[in-house]
Amino acid sequence: MIELTNISKTFGPGPGQVEAVKDVTLSIEKGKIFGIIGFSGAGKSTLVRCINLLESPTKGTVVVDRQELTSLSSKELRAARKRIGMIFQHFNLMRSRTVFGNVAYPLHGSGLSKKDIAKKVRSLLRLVDIAEKEKAYPSQLSGGQKQRVAIARALANDPKVLLCDEATSALDPQTTNAILHLLKRLNEQMGITVVVITHEMAVVKEICDRVAVMEKGQVVEEGEVFSIFANPCQPVTKDFIRTTSNLQKIDELLKYNSPVAQLKPGELIVKLFYVQKNVSEPLISTVSRKFDLDLNIIFSDIEIVQNAPIGGTVAIISGEQRQIEKAMEYLIEKNVGVEVIADARVSE
Amino acid sequence: MQEFLNNIIPNLMGKLPTFYQSIMDTLIMAGWSGAISFVLGLVLGLAIIVTKPGGILQNNVLFQVLDKIINFFRSIPFIILLTGVMPLSRLIMGTAIGVEGAIVPLVFGTVPFFSRQIESALAEIDHGLIEAALSMGSSPLEIIFRVYLKESIAGIARGTTITAISLLGLTAMAGVVGAGGLGDFAIRYGHDRNMTDVTYVTIIVLVLTVSAIQLLGNYVAKKNTH
Ligand SMILES: Nc1ncnc2c1ncn2[C@@H]1O[C@H](COP(=O)(O)OP(=O)(O)OP(=O)(O)O)[C@@H](O)[C@H]1O
Ligand SMILES: [Mg+2]
Repeated sequence: MIELTNISKTFGPGPGQVEAVKDVTLSIEKGKIFGIIGFSGAGKSTLVRCINLLESPTKGTVVVDRQELTSLSSKELRAARKRIGMIFQHFNLMRSRTVFGNVAYPLHGSGLSKKDIAKKVRSLLRLVDIAEKEKAYPSQLSGGQKQRVAIARALANDPKVLLCDEATSALDPQTTNAILHLLKRLNEQMGITVVVITHEMAVVKEICDRVAVMEKGQVVEEGEVFSIFANPCQPVTKDFIRTTSNLQKIDELLKYNSPVAQLKPGELIVKLFYVQKNVSEPLISTVSRKFDLDLNIIFSDIEIVQNAPIGGTVAIISGEQRQIEKAMEYLIEKNVGVEVIADARVSE
Repeated sequence: MQEFLNNIIPNLMGKLPTFYQSIMDTLIMAGWSGAISFVLGLVLGLAIIVTKPGGILQNNVLFQVLDKIINFFRSIPFIILLTGVMPLSRLIMGTAIGVEGAIVPLVFGTVPFFSRQIESALAEIDHGLIEAALSMGSSPLEIIFRVYLKESIAGIARGTTITAISLLGLTAMAGVVGAGGLGDFAIRYGHDRNMTDVTYVTIIVLVLTVSAIQLLGNYVAKKNTH
Protein backbone atom coordinates (compact mmCIF):
# COMPACT_ATOMS: atom_id res chain seq x y z
CA MET A 1 0.00 0.00 0.00
CA ILE A 2 2.82 2.37 0.91
CA GLU A 3 6.25 2.00 -0.67
CA LEU A 4 8.99 4.31 0.51
CA THR A 5 12.16 3.90 -1.49
CA ASN A 6 15.48 5.42 -0.44
CA ILE A 7 13.84 8.37 1.27
CA SER A 8 16.19 11.05 2.58
CA LYS A 9 15.24 14.41 3.96
CA THR A 10 17.75 17.12 4.75
CA PHE A 11 16.70 20.39 6.36
CA GLY A 12 18.46 23.65 5.75
CA PRO A 13 21.36 24.61 3.55
CA GLY A 14 25.02 24.77 4.40
CA PRO A 15 26.87 23.50 7.43
CA GLY A 16 23.96 23.80 9.88
CA GLN A 17 21.84 21.33 7.99
CA VAL A 18 20.09 18.39 9.63
CA GLU A 19 19.71 15.04 7.96
CA ALA A 20 16.41 14.11 9.55
CA VAL A 21 15.78 10.99 7.47
CA LYS A 22 18.55 8.97 5.87
CA ASP A 23 17.93 6.53 3.06
CA VAL A 24 14.82 4.83 4.44
CA THR A 25 13.17 2.07 2.47
CA LEU A 26 9.93 0.71 3.88
CA SER A 27 7.05 -1.27 2.54
CA ILE A 28 3.75 -1.11 4.35
CA GLU A 29 1.19 -3.74 3.51
CA LYS A 30 -2.45 -2.97 2.85
CA GLY A 31 -4.81 -3.34 5.81
CA LYS A 32 -2.03 -3.54 8.38
CA ILE A 33 -1.30 -1.36 11.37
CA PHE A 34 2.31 -0.34 11.03
CA GLY A 35 4.19 1.25 13.91
CA ILE A 36 7.18 3.55 13.68
CA ILE A 37 8.93 3.96 17.00
CA GLY A 38 11.95 5.98 17.99
CA PHE A 39 13.19 8.44 20.54
CA SER A 40 12.62 12.17 20.17
CA GLY A 41 14.40 13.58 17.16
CA ALA A 42 14.81 10.20 15.48
CA GLY A 43 13.02 11.52 12.40
CA LYS A 44 9.67 9.74 12.78
CA SER A 45 7.51 12.77 12.11
CA THR A 46 9.62 13.81 9.18
CA LEU A 47 9.35 10.33 7.69
CA VAL A 48 5.59 10.09 8.10
CA ARG A 49 5.15 13.58 6.69
CA CYS A 50 7.01 12.39 3.63
CA ILE A 51 4.22 9.87 3.04
CA ASN A 52 1.68 12.58 2.20
CA LEU A 53 4.40 14.95 1.05
CA LEU A 54 3.75 17.54 3.74
CA GLU A 55 7.51 17.31 3.69
CA SER A 56 8.95 16.67 0.27
CA PRO A 57 11.84 14.24 0.49
CA THR A 58 15.22 15.43 -0.71
CA LYS A 59 15.75 12.02 -2.31
CA GLY A 60 13.68 8.94 -2.94
CA THR A 61 10.20 8.05 -4.09
CA VAL A 62 6.88 7.68 -2.32
CA VAL A 63 4.24 5.39 -3.74
CA VAL A 64 0.84 5.20 -2.05
CA ASP A 65 -1.83 2.92 -3.47
CA ARG A 66 0.16 2.37 -6.65
CA GLN A 67 0.42 6.10 -7.31
CA GLU A 68 3.84 7.74 -7.23
CA LEU A 69 3.17 10.89 -5.23
CA THR A 70 6.62 12.32 -5.77
CA SER A 71 5.87 12.83 -9.47
CA LEU A 72 2.43 14.45 -9.22
CA SER A 73 1.45 18.03 -10.02
CA SER A 74 0.25 20.05 -7.05
CA LYS A 75 -3.37 19.62 -8.12
CA GLU A 76 -3.02 15.86 -8.46
CA LEU A 77 -1.21 15.76 -5.14
CA ARG A 78 -4.13 17.52 -3.45
CA ALA A 79 -6.49 14.90 -4.84
CA ALA A 80 -4.17 12.14 -3.63
CA ARG A 81 -3.97 13.66 -0.15
CA LYS A 82 -7.73 13.33 0.22
CA ARG A 83 -7.16 9.59 0.15
CA ILE A 84 -4.59 9.80 2.95
CA GLY A 85 -6.00 10.84 6.31
CA MET A 86 -3.78 12.25 9.01
CA ILE A 87 -4.20 12.88 12.72
CA PHE A 88 -1.87 14.78 15.01
CA GLN A 89 -0.66 14.93 18.58
CA HIS A 90 -2.38 18.25 19.19
CA PHE A 91 -5.52 17.36 17.21
CA ASN A 92 -5.39 20.53 15.08
CA LEU A 93 -9.12 21.16 15.10
CA MET A 94 -10.46 24.51 13.98
CA ARG A 95 -11.62 26.44 17.02
CA SER A 96 -14.10 28.54 15.10
CA ARG A 97 -16.00 25.52 13.82
CA THR A 98 -18.21 23.14 15.71
CA VAL A 99 -17.52 19.42 15.77
CA PHE A 100 -19.92 19.12 12.85
CA GLY A 101 -18.17 21.95 11.00
CA ASN A 102 -14.75 20.43 11.53
CA VAL A 103 -15.77 17.07 10.13
CA ALA A 104 -17.64 18.73 7.26
CA TYR A 105 -14.59 20.83 6.35
CA PRO A 106 -12.89 18.29 4.03
CA LEU A 107 -16.21 17.43 2.35
CA HIS A 108 -16.59 20.93 0.95
CA GLY A 109 -16.21 20.77 -2.82
CA SER A 110 -16.52 16.99 -2.87
CA GLY A 111 -19.65 17.24 -5.01
CA LEU A 112 -21.94 16.07 -2.21
CA SER A 113 -25.12 18.03 -1.56
CA LYS A 114 -25.55 19.79 1.76
CA LYS A 115 -27.91 17.07 2.88
CA ASP A 116 -25.51 14.29 1.92
CA ILE A 117 -22.67 16.06 3.70
CA ALA A 118 -24.77 16.26 6.88
CA LYS A 119 -25.61 12.59 6.57
CA LYS A 120 -22.00 11.63 6.06
CA VAL A 121 -20.77 13.80 8.95
CA ARG A 122 -23.31 12.25 11.30
CA SER A 123 -22.39 8.73 10.31
CA LEU A 124 -18.69 9.54 10.83
CA LEU A 125 -19.44 10.98 14.25
CA ARG A 126 -21.36 7.85 15.16
CA LEU A 127 -18.48 5.72 13.90
CA VAL A 128 -16.10 7.35 16.37
CA ASP A 129 -18.71 7.47 19.17
CA ILE A 130 -19.05 11.20 19.52
CA ALA A 131 -22.40 11.87 17.85
CA GLU A 132 -23.76 13.70 20.89
CA LYS A 133 -21.12 16.43 20.65
CA GLU A 134 -22.07 17.52 17.14
CA LYS A 135 -22.80 21.12 18.12
CA ALA A 136 -19.94 21.56 20.58
CA TYR A 137 -16.85 23.63 19.86
CA PRO A 138 -13.39 22.03 20.25
CA SER A 139 -12.72 24.13 23.36
CA GLN A 140 -15.60 22.31 25.04
CA LEU A 141 -14.13 18.85 24.45
CA SER A 142 -11.65 16.69 26.31
CA GLY A 143 -8.45 15.55 24.61
CA GLY A 144 -9.83 12.12 23.83
CA GLN A 145 -13.00 13.61 22.37
CA LYS A 146 -10.97 16.02 20.26
CA GLN A 147 -8.94 13.15 18.86
CA ARG A 148 -12.16 11.30 17.98
CA VAL A 149 -13.34 14.34 16.05
CA ALA A 150 -9.96 14.57 14.34
CA ILE A 151 -10.23 10.92 13.37
CA ALA A 152 -13.73 11.45 11.96
CA ARG A 153 -12.43 14.41 9.98
CA ALA A 154 -9.49 12.42 8.66
CA LEU A 155 -11.86 9.67 7.51
CA ALA A 156 -14.29 12.01 5.76
CA ASN A 157 -13.04 11.36 2.25
CA ASP A 158 -12.84 7.58 2.75
CA PRO A 159 -9.05 7.41 2.76
CA LYS A 160 -7.16 4.19 2.19
CA VAL A 161 -4.45 5.20 4.63
CA LEU A 162 -4.52 6.87 8.03
CA LEU A 163 -1.31 8.46 9.32
CA CYS A 164 -1.14 9.04 13.07
CA ASP A 165 1.68 11.23 14.36
CA GLU A 166 1.86 10.72 18.13
CA ALA A 167 -1.94 10.65 18.15
CA THR A 168 -2.10 9.52 21.76
CA SER A 169 0.92 11.28 23.24
CA ALA A 170 -1.16 14.08 24.74
CA LEU A 171 -3.68 11.72 26.33
CA ASP A 172 -3.86 9.90 29.64
CA PRO A 173 -3.33 6.11 29.64
CA GLN A 174 -7.01 5.22 29.73
CA THR A 175 -7.93 7.58 26.92
CA THR A 176 -4.89 6.40 25.00
CA ASN A 177 -6.23 2.88 25.17
CA ALA A 178 -9.68 3.93 24.04
CA ILE A 179 -8.26 5.79 21.03
CA LEU A 180 -5.95 2.88 20.17
CA HIS A 181 -8.86 0.49 20.22
CA LEU A 182 -10.86 2.84 18.05
CA LEU A 183 -8.01 2.82 15.52
CA LYS A 184 -7.85 -0.95 15.69
CA ARG A 185 -11.60 -1.21 15.17
CA LEU A 186 -11.51 1.13 12.17
CA ASN A 187 -8.66 -0.90 10.75
CA GLU A 188 -10.66 -4.10 11.12
CA GLN A 189 -14.02 -2.69 10.00
CA MET A 190 -12.85 -0.64 7.03
CA GLY A 191 -9.61 -2.36 6.14
CA ILE A 192 -7.83 0.99 6.30
CA THR A 193 -4.04 0.87 6.47
CA VAL A 194 -2.81 2.67 9.59
CA VAL A 195 0.64 4.10 10.22
CA VAL A 196 1.24 4.87 13.88
CA ILE A 197 4.14 7.00 15.06
CA THR A 198 4.99 6.77 18.70
CA HIS A 199 7.72 6.80 21.26
CA GLU A 200 5.85 4.36 23.48
CA MET A 201 6.40 0.65 23.01
CA ALA A 202 3.09 0.04 24.79
CA VAL A 203 1.29 1.59 21.81
CA VAL A 204 3.07 -0.71 19.39
CA LYS A 205 2.34 -3.70 21.58
CA GLU A 206 -1.31 -2.78 21.84
CA ILE A 207 -2.27 -2.47 18.18
CA CYS A 208 0.54 -2.84 15.66
CA ASP A 209 1.15 -5.76 13.33
CA ARG A 210 4.59 -4.66 12.28
CA VAL A 211 7.00 -2.11 13.60
CA ALA A 212 10.01 -0.17 12.37
CA VAL A 213 12.49 1.18 14.89
CA MET A 214 14.10 4.48 13.97
CA GLU A 215 17.31 5.94 15.27
CA LYS A 216 19.14 9.01 13.98
CA GLY A 217 17.08 9.16 10.81
CA GLN A 218 17.46 5.51 9.90
CA VAL A 219 15.27 2.48 10.26
CA VAL A 220 17.53 0.16 12.25
CA GLU A 221 15.15 -2.72 12.74
CA GLU A 222 11.85 -3.73 11.20
CA GLY A 223 9.62 -6.75 11.54
CA GLU A 224 6.55 -8.39 12.96
CA VAL A 225 5.78 -6.99 16.40
CA PHE A 226 5.94 -10.35 18.14
CA SER A 227 9.32 -11.28 16.77
CA ILE A 228 10.74 -7.83 17.49
CA PHE A 229 9.58 -8.26 21.08
CA ALA A 230 10.85 -11.81 21.34
CA ASN A 231 14.19 -11.27 19.66
CA PRO A 232 15.18 -7.62 19.59
CA CYS A 233 18.54 -7.16 17.87
CA GLN A 234 19.40 -3.49 18.16
CA PRO A 235 20.26 -1.78 21.46
CA VAL A 236 17.55 0.89 20.86
CA THR A 237 14.95 -1.79 20.39
CA LYS A 238 16.03 -3.48 23.60
CA ASP A 239 15.81 -0.15 25.37
CA PHE A 240 12.26 0.31 24.16
CA ILE A 241 11.23 -3.17 25.17
CA ARG A 242 12.73 -2.69 28.59
CA THR A 243 10.38 0.27 29.05
CA THR A 244 7.33 -1.99 28.82
CA SER A 245 8.54 -5.15 30.51
CA ASN A 246 9.10 -5.71 34.18
CA LEU A 247 11.28 -8.73 33.61
CA GLN A 248 14.46 -6.70 34.03
CA LYS A 249 13.53 -5.90 37.61
CA ILE A 250 15.20 -9.10 38.69
CA ASP A 251 18.55 -7.41 38.10
CA GLU A 252 17.61 -4.85 40.72
CA LEU A 253 16.49 -7.51 43.14
CA LEU A 254 19.85 -9.22 42.80
CA LYS A 255 21.78 -6.03 42.99
CA TYR A 256 20.21 -5.06 46.29
CA ASN A 257 20.42 -8.60 47.70
CA SER A 258 16.69 -8.89 48.07
CA PRO A 259 15.62 -11.83 50.27
CA VAL A 260 13.44 -13.23 47.46
CA ALA A 261 16.54 -13.72 45.35
CA GLN A 262 18.73 -15.48 47.96
CA LEU A 263 20.04 -18.80 46.76
CA LYS A 264 20.97 -21.88 48.68
CA PRO A 265 23.94 -23.90 47.40
CA GLY A 266 22.97 -25.87 44.31
CA GLU A 267 20.16 -23.53 43.27
CA LEU A 268 20.05 -21.15 40.38
CA ILE A 269 17.87 -18.34 39.10
CA VAL A 270 16.78 -18.59 35.50
CA LYS A 271 14.76 -16.37 33.26
CA LEU A 272 12.45 -18.27 30.95
CA PHE A 273 10.92 -16.29 28.11
CA TYR A 274 8.87 -16.71 24.99
CA VAL A 275 10.78 -16.51 21.73
CA GLN A 276 8.10 -17.96 19.49
CA LYS A 277 4.39 -17.59 19.08
CA ASN A 278 3.39 -21.22 19.43
CA VAL A 279 4.32 -22.12 22.96
CA SER A 280 1.24 -23.40 24.69
CA GLU A 281 2.23 -26.35 26.90
CA PRO A 282 2.23 -26.00 30.67
CA LEU A 283 6.03 -26.05 30.68
CA ILE A 284 6.72 -25.19 34.29
CA SER A 285 4.69 -28.02 35.71
CA THR A 286 5.94 -30.42 33.05
CA VAL A 287 9.55 -29.60 33.85
CA SER A 288 8.90 -29.83 37.54
CA ARG A 289 7.30 -33.25 37.25
CA LYS A 290 9.48 -34.73 34.55
CA PHE A 291 12.82 -33.84 36.10
CA ASP A 292 11.74 -33.86 39.73
CA LEU A 293 12.71 -30.24 40.31
CA ASP A 294 11.32 -27.41 42.42
CA LEU A 295 10.58 -24.27 40.48
CA ASN A 296 9.91 -21.35 42.72
CA ILE A 297 8.52 -18.53 40.60
CA ILE A 298 9.74 -15.26 42.03
CA PHE A 299 8.63 -13.01 39.25
CA SER A 300 6.51 -13.21 36.14
CA ASP A 301 5.48 -10.79 33.43
CA ILE A 302 3.46 -12.20 30.61
CA GLU A 303 1.14 -10.38 28.29
CA ILE A 304 -0.58 -10.91 25.02
CA VAL A 305 0.88 -9.42 21.87
CA GLN A 306 -0.70 -10.20 18.52
CA ASN A 307 -2.81 -12.84 20.22
CA ALA A 308 0.19 -14.71 21.59
CA PRO A 309 1.73 -14.60 25.03
CA ILE A 310 5.00 -12.77 25.38
CA GLY A 311 7.25 -12.04 28.32
CA GLY A 312 8.46 -14.61 30.74
CA THR A 313 9.09 -15.84 34.21
CA VAL A 314 12.00 -15.68 36.61
CA ALA A 315 12.26 -18.72 38.87
CA ILE A 316 14.61 -20.32 41.35
CA ILE A 317 15.33 -23.91 40.35
CA SER A 318 16.48 -26.40 42.90
CA GLY A 319 17.06 -30.10 42.54
CA GLU A 320 19.62 -32.54 41.39
CA GLN A 321 22.39 -31.00 39.26
CA ARG A 322 22.09 -33.40 36.32
CA GLN A 323 18.34 -33.02 36.21
CA ILE A 324 18.63 -29.25 36.12
CA GLU A 325 20.93 -29.51 33.11
CA LYS A 326 18.49 -31.81 31.37
CA ALA A 327 15.53 -29.60 32.17
CA MET A 328 17.23 -26.61 30.62
CA GLU A 329 18.03 -28.56 27.47
CA TYR A 330 14.42 -29.69 27.32
CA LEU A 331 13.14 -26.10 27.58
CA ILE A 332 15.45 -24.88 24.84
CA GLU A 333 14.22 -27.70 22.67
CA LYS A 334 10.68 -26.51 23.31
CA ASN A 335 11.62 -23.07 21.97
CA VAL A 336 11.74 -21.32 25.28
CA GLY A 337 14.44 -18.76 25.90
CA VAL A 338 16.56 -19.69 28.92
CA GLU A 339 18.94 -17.34 30.63
CA VAL A 340 20.79 -18.13 33.84
CA ILE A 341 20.80 -15.02 35.98
CA ALA A 342 22.46 -16.27 39.16
CA ASP A 343 24.11 -19.56 39.83
CA ALA A 344 24.91 -21.09 43.25
CA ARG A 345 25.84 -24.53 41.97
CA VAL A 346 29.22 -25.82 43.02
CA SER A 347 31.41 -26.30 40.01
CA GLU A 348 32.75 -29.80 39.82
CA MET B 1 -33.09 72.54 27.08
CA GLN B 2 -32.19 74.83 24.20
CA GLU B 3 -31.59 77.59 26.68
CA PHE B 4 -29.51 75.39 28.89
CA LEU B 5 -27.27 74.43 25.97
CA ASN B 6 -27.02 78.02 24.85
CA ASN B 7 -25.76 78.80 28.30
CA ILE B 8 -23.09 76.19 28.71
CA ILE B 9 -21.87 75.82 25.10
CA PRO B 10 -22.71 79.17 23.55
CA ASN B 11 -20.04 79.18 20.84
CA LEU B 12 -20.86 75.71 19.61
CA MET B 13 -24.57 76.47 19.47
CA GLY B 14 -23.74 79.35 17.20
CA LYS B 15 -21.81 77.05 14.85
CA LEU B 16 -24.18 74.12 14.73
CA PRO B 17 -24.36 73.72 10.91
CA THR B 18 -20.55 73.81 10.65
CA PHE B 19 -20.34 71.36 13.54
CA TYR B 20 -22.66 68.88 11.82
CA GLN B 21 -20.79 69.33 8.56
CA SER B 22 -17.51 68.53 10.39
CA ILE B 23 -18.97 65.35 11.80
CA MET B 24 -20.15 64.35 8.33
CA ASP B 25 -16.75 65.15 6.83
CA THR B 26 -15.00 63.07 9.44
CA LEU B 27 -17.36 60.16 8.87
CA ILE B 28 -16.97 60.37 5.10
CA MET B 29 -13.17 60.53 5.28
CA ALA B 30 -12.91 57.77 7.84
CA GLY B 31 -15.54 55.64 6.12
CA TRP B 32 -14.06 55.75 2.64
CA SER B 33 -10.43 55.50 3.59
CA GLY B 34 -11.33 52.87 6.20
CA ALA B 35 -13.17 50.70 3.70
CA ILE B 36 -10.39 50.96 1.13
CA SER B 37 -7.70 50.38 3.75
CA PHE B 38 -9.56 47.37 5.12
CA VAL B 39 -9.51 45.60 1.77
CA LEU B 40 -5.93 46.58 0.89
CA GLY B 41 -4.60 45.84 4.37
CA LEU B 42 -6.30 42.47 4.45
CA VAL B 43 -4.83 41.52 1.09
CA LEU B 44 -1.37 42.76 2.08
CA GLY B 45 -1.44 41.07 5.49
CA LEU B 46 -2.50 37.81 3.86
CA ALA B 47 0.15 38.18 1.17
CA ILE B 48 2.81 38.69 3.83
CA ILE B 49 1.68 35.62 5.79
CA VAL B 50 1.46 33.23 2.86
CA THR B 51 4.70 34.31 1.18
CA LYS B 52 6.70 34.21 4.43
CA PRO B 53 9.39 31.54 4.70
CA GLY B 54 7.43 28.40 5.59
CA GLY B 55 4.16 29.90 4.29
CA ILE B 56 1.77 28.07 1.98
CA LEU B 57 2.86 30.14 -1.05
CA GLN B 58 6.38 30.84 0.08
CA ASN B 59 7.99 33.48 -2.13
CA ASN B 60 10.93 35.24 -0.65
CA VAL B 61 11.23 38.00 -3.24
CA LEU B 62 7.60 39.06 -2.93
CA PHE B 63 7.76 38.77 0.85
CA GLN B 64 10.85 40.97 1.11
CA VAL B 65 9.41 43.58 -1.24
CA LEU B 66 6.08 43.81 0.61
CA ASP B 67 7.80 43.81 3.97
CA LYS B 68 10.09 46.68 2.97
CA ILE B 69 7.31 48.72 1.40
CA ILE B 70 5.20 48.41 4.53
CA ASN B 71 8.11 49.42 6.73
CA PHE B 72 8.89 52.34 4.44
CA PHE B 73 5.43 53.84 4.68
CA ARG B 74 5.13 53.09 8.36
CA SER B 75 8.17 55.17 9.11
CA ILE B 76 6.80 58.36 7.51
CA PRO B 77 4.95 60.59 9.98
CA PHE B 78 1.41 61.19 8.78
CA ILE B 79 1.73 64.93 8.65
CA ILE B 80 4.54 64.57 6.10
CA LEU B 81 2.72 61.85 4.22
CA LEU B 82 -0.23 64.21 3.83
CA THR B 83 1.74 66.58 1.66
CA GLY B 84 4.06 63.95 0.23
CA VAL B 85 1.34 62.03 -1.60
CA MET B 86 -0.37 65.11 -2.98
CA PRO B 87 0.71 64.45 -6.57
CA LEU B 88 -0.60 60.92 -6.34
CA SER B 89 -3.82 62.22 -4.83
CA ARG B 90 -4.26 64.57 -7.75
CA LEU B 91 -3.67 61.68 -10.13
CA ILE B 92 -6.16 59.33 -8.51
CA MET B 93 -8.82 61.63 -7.09
CA GLY B 94 -8.38 64.60 -9.39
CA THR B 95 -7.72 66.83 -6.41
CA ALA B 96 -5.28 67.01 -3.53
CA ILE B 97 -7.42 69.08 -1.23
CA GLY B 98 -10.70 68.75 0.60
CA VAL B 99 -12.31 65.54 1.77
CA GLU B 100 -11.45 63.75 -1.50
CA GLY B 101 -7.87 64.92 -1.30
CA ALA B 102 -7.51 63.46 2.19
CA ILE B 103 -8.55 59.94 1.27
CA VAL B 104 -5.34 58.92 -0.51
CA PRO B 105 -3.02 60.04 2.30
CA LEU B 106 -5.33 58.47 4.87
CA VAL B 107 -5.18 55.17 2.99
CA PHE B 108 -1.39 55.40 2.80
CA GLY B 109 -1.25 56.18 6.48
CA THR B 110 -3.57 53.35 7.47
CA VAL B 111 -2.80 50.39 5.20
CA PRO B 112 0.72 49.66 6.45
CA PHE B 113 -0.43 49.75 10.08
CA PHE B 114 -3.51 47.69 9.36
CA SER B 115 -1.65 45.07 7.32
CA ARG B 116 0.68 44.56 10.30
CA GLN B 117 -2.39 44.12 12.50
CA ILE B 118 -3.75 41.54 10.07
CA GLU B 119 -0.38 39.86 9.85
CA SER B 120 -0.21 39.43 13.62
CA ALA B 121 -3.83 38.23 13.80
CA LEU B 122 -3.14 35.60 11.13
CA ALA B 123 0.18 34.64 12.69
CA GLU B 124 -1.71 33.60 15.83
CA ILE B 125 -3.18 30.68 13.97
CA ASP B 126 -1.51 27.47 14.98
CA HIS B 127 0.60 26.16 12.12
CA GLY B 128 -0.84 22.74 12.90
CA LEU B 129 -4.18 23.89 11.48
CA ILE B 130 -2.55 24.79 8.20
CA GLU B 131 -0.84 21.40 8.14
CA ALA B 132 -4.12 19.65 8.85
CA ALA B 133 -5.77 21.55 6.00
CA LEU B 134 -2.90 20.69 3.65
CA SER B 135 -3.11 17.04 4.68
CA MET B 136 -6.81 17.11 3.74
CA GLY B 137 -5.92 18.30 0.26
CA SER B 138 -7.00 21.95 0.65
CA SER B 139 -5.72 24.38 -1.99
CA PRO B 140 -3.94 27.60 -1.00
CA LEU B 141 -7.04 29.64 -1.81
CA GLU B 142 -9.20 27.35 0.32
CA ILE B 143 -6.73 27.62 3.17
CA ILE B 144 -6.78 31.42 2.94
CA PHE B 145 -10.56 31.69 3.06
CA ARG B 146 -11.59 28.65 5.06
CA VAL B 147 -8.76 28.51 7.57
CA TYR B 148 -6.79 31.77 7.85
CA LEU B 149 -9.70 34.20 7.54
CA LYS B 150 -12.34 32.05 9.17
CA GLU B 151 -10.16 31.20 12.16
CA SER B 152 -8.96 34.74 12.78
CA ILE B 153 -12.22 36.71 12.64
CA ALA B 154 -11.82 37.66 16.31
CA GLY B 155 -8.21 38.77 15.79
CA ILE B 156 -9.12 40.69 12.66
CA ALA B 157 -11.96 42.41 14.54
CA ARG B 158 -9.52 43.49 17.25
CA GLY B 159 -6.99 44.74 14.68
CA THR B 160 -9.74 46.59 12.83
CA THR B 161 -10.88 48.28 16.02
CA ILE B 162 -7.41 49.54 16.84
CA THR B 163 -6.89 50.71 13.29
CA ALA B 164 -10.29 52.43 13.05
CA ILE B 165 -9.55 54.37 16.20
CA SER B 166 -6.14 55.40 14.96
CA LEU B 167 -7.66 56.34 11.60
CA LEU B 168 -10.11 58.62 13.39
CA GLY B 169 -7.08 60.30 14.94
CA LEU B 170 -5.46 60.73 11.53
CA THR B 171 -8.54 62.41 10.08
CA ALA B 172 -8.09 65.17 12.65
CA MET B 173 -4.89 66.14 10.86
CA ALA B 174 -6.50 66.17 7.45
CA GLY B 175 -7.48 69.78 8.02
CA VAL B 176 -3.98 70.59 6.78
CA VAL B 177 -5.15 69.85 3.25
CA GLY B 178 -8.42 71.62 3.87
CA ALA B 179 -10.44 68.50 4.36
CA GLY B 180 -12.39 69.82 7.32
CA GLY B 181 -13.66 67.36 9.82
CA LEU B 182 -13.90 67.44 13.59
CA GLY B 183 -10.20 67.92 14.21
CA ASP B 184 -10.05 70.93 11.93
CA PHE B 185 -13.23 72.29 13.54
CA ALA B 186 -11.77 72.03 17.03
CA ILE B 187 -8.49 73.67 16.03
CA ARG B 188 -10.06 76.43 14.02
CA TYR B 189 -12.64 77.50 16.58
CA GLY B 190 -11.71 75.84 19.84
CA HIS B 191 -8.03 76.72 19.69
CA ASP B 192 -7.53 79.58 17.28
CA ARG B 193 -10.54 81.55 18.53
CA ASN B 194 -10.31 80.34 22.05
CA MET B 195 -13.82 78.84 22.09
CA THR B 196 -13.06 76.17 24.68
CA ASP B 197 -16.59 74.80 24.67
CA VAL B 198 -16.09 73.78 21.02
CA THR B 199 -12.99 71.85 21.98
CA TYR B 200 -14.73 70.07 24.82
CA VAL B 201 -17.78 69.08 22.82
CA THR B 202 -15.55 67.81 20.01
CA ILE B 203 -13.66 65.76 22.55
CA ILE B 204 -16.91 64.32 23.88
CA VAL B 205 -18.08 63.40 20.38
CA LEU B 206 -14.74 61.73 19.63
CA VAL B 207 -14.71 59.84 22.92
CA LEU B 208 -18.23 58.57 22.26
CA THR B 209 -17.29 57.50 18.72
CA VAL B 210 -14.17 55.71 19.89
CA SER B 211 -16.15 53.96 22.63
CA ALA B 212 -18.77 52.87 20.11
CA ILE B 213 -16.10 51.47 17.79
CA GLN B 214 -14.43 49.69 20.68
CA LEU B 215 -17.70 48.19 21.89
CA LEU B 216 -18.59 46.98 18.42
CA GLY B 217 -15.11 45.50 17.96
CA ASN B 218 -15.25 43.72 21.30
CA TYR B 219 -18.68 42.36 20.47
CA VAL B 220 -17.61 40.93 17.12
CA ALA B 221 -14.43 39.49 18.65
CA LYS B 222 -16.38 37.88 21.48
CA LYS B 223 -19.03 36.47 19.16
CA ASN B 224 -16.29 34.77 17.18
CA THR B 225 -14.27 33.32 20.02
CA HIS B 226 -15.18 29.76 20.92
N1 LIG C 1 11.31 22.00 9.55
C1 LIG C 1 12.48 21.63 10.07
N2 LIG C 1 13.59 22.38 9.90
C2 LIG C 1 14.78 21.99 10.40
N3 LIG C 1 14.98 20.87 11.10
C3 LIG C 1 13.93 20.08 11.31
C4 LIG C 1 12.62 20.41 10.81
N4 LIG C 1 11.76 19.43 11.17
C5 LIG C 1 12.50 18.53 11.87
N5 LIG C 1 13.79 18.91 11.94
C6 LIG C 1 14.88 18.16 12.60
O1 LIG C 1 14.84 16.84 12.12
C7 LIG C 1 15.11 15.91 13.15
C8 LIG C 1 14.00 14.90 13.23
O2 LIG C 1 12.82 15.55 13.65
P1 LIG C 1 11.43 14.81 13.77
O3 LIG C 1 10.42 15.82 14.16
O4 LIG C 1 11.17 14.02 12.54
O5 LIG C 1 11.69 13.83 14.98
P2 LIG C 1 10.67 12.88 15.74
O6 LIG C 1 11.25 11.53 15.70
O7 LIG C 1 9.31 13.06 15.22
O8 LIG C 1 10.77 13.44 17.21
P3 LIG C 1 9.63 13.66 18.31
O9 LIG C 1 9.39 12.34 18.97
O10 LIG C 1 10.25 14.65 19.25
O11 LIG C 1 8.42 14.20 17.61
C9 LIG C 1 15.30 16.72 14.42
O12 LIG C 1 16.69 16.86 14.63
C10 LIG C 1 14.68 18.06 14.08
O13 LIG C 1 15.34 19.08 14.75
MG1 LIG D 1 7.48 13.89 16.01
